[in-house]
Amino acid sequence: MDESAGYYCDCFDIFWVLKFKKLGFKEFCFKKSLFLFHFGGASCNNCDIEILDCLTPRYDVERFGMQLVGSVRHADVLLVNGSINKKDKPRLLEIYNQAPKPIIVVAIGACGCTGGIFAEGNTFAGPVDKIIPVDAYIPGCPPKPEAILAGIVKLLSK
Amino acid sequence: MLKDLFYYLIYPGFLFVAVAGGLLSFFDRKITAWVQFRKGPPLLQPFYDFFKLLLVKETIIPAKGSRITFLLAPVFSLFGATVSSVLIFLPLLGIKTGFTGDVIVIFYLLTIPSLTYIIGALASGNPFASVGASREMKLVVSYELSFLLVLIALIIKSDMSISLYDIINAQQPANAFIGSISGVILFIVAIFCLQAKLGLVPFDMAEAETEITHGSFIEYSGSAYALIKLTKYIMLFTLPAFIIALFMRGINLEGIGILWAILKVLAVVLILTLIRNTNPRVRISQAMRFFFVWMNLLAIIAIVLIFFGY
Repeated sequence: MDESAGYYCDCFDIFWVLKFKKLGFKEFCFKKSLFLFHFGGASCNNCDIEILDCLTPRYDVERFGMQLVGSVRHADVLLVNGSINKKDKPRLLEIYNQAPKPIIVVAIGACGCTGGIFAEGNTFAGPVDKIIPVDAYIPGCPPKPEAILAGIVKLLSK
Repeated sequence: MLKDLFYYLIYPGFLFVAVAGGLLSFFDRKITAWVQFRKGPPLLQPFYDFFKLLLVKETIIPAKGSRITFLLAPVFSLFGATVSSVLIFLPLLGIKTGFTGDVIVIFYLLTIPSLTYIIGALASGNPFASVGASREMKLVVSYELSFLLVLIALIIKSDMSISLYDIINAQQPANAFIGSISGVILFIVAIFCLQAKLGLVPFDMAEAETEITHGSFIEYSGSAYALIKLTKYIMLFTLPAFIIALFMRGINLEGIGILWAILKVLAVVLILTLIRNTNPRVRISQAMRFFFVWMNLLAIIAIVLIFFGY
């Protein structure tokens, strides 16, 4: 983990003044409070379970100010995992259009990033970045919760 | 006039209550995290959430909804919560004595947030929101009677005085109301009514994330949702303060009294948080039976006990 990752891990925000000066108020508030919305495509459920693992006591993403929300209208981050097939594509587009607009899209797992073993299937409708713009990729089959956290921290300290 | 504006906007009113409510919301989330052996969010997390929603995010108006009603509902909920907090905190902090009958006015003002949630949800045109609104309506119908019975019992207990200042003062020479048998029973009923009013977990079926995905608030985004969040923070401070005024002889802001005041508020919020973390969500029929039968029964037993002098 690099130096900026340490800032986000700090529970009591000792360095918040530094961050605040660098980012400006709006950007700072946005990065400190991300609401996650989980879109599962035609997934084998492994990535779903690893995403849920990040919310459990062991990994606890709430210490970065993140929480899982049920409605896409509240979301700041769209977590997309699983291979996107022809039935999923219009739904993913609709979800993306329904989200309020500074929205970060994170493709999780081999299927989300490239298509994985489904890339040559006849119902496959392209990896996520061919459908909607993607800000971060977290590869792995499935990625470990540590990898997901490291990806999110890299995205935040971008 | 200027003084009234100061009361409304700054000290016992909007600014004070919003900041204190945000800190209490942090306390609630931190205790929840500790109960679940997690680390929990940073201190200013509720304020980050609020400013992010207010300043950064886009506000989307649903195509099939009623535009003006949808956007005005959060404004009115914030207005109702702020006015009720001013009327509660002026007698509680000893700034003004209030007027005769202000308990009844406070009772009505405290229902405004729930009503505006219902109106805003129905204006959004979303089927999940209308399910949430119908559940919220049933919940309001069930807990308001119990809450009114608690207030009636306390009015009888304090020799028929219907101003909040007199109810606080009726407890000063003798013990607080919570020190008697009827007081303890009424306190239990009031805590469950608070839980339902705040929409916390055993009674959060109106915004159940897992089944109807935030129910009443499903279509709110951006600054409209920020106002709803702010209303929730304000209610999380106002309602425990109301309970403290009614049961624990208010607060005293001289010397060590400040510490006791903070501890009283934290204790009431701690009870609410622990109930929230140790109970599953109930169905709406179970909640209605709980309030109509058991809570009303307890409140009536307490009123009978008050007549016998306990």
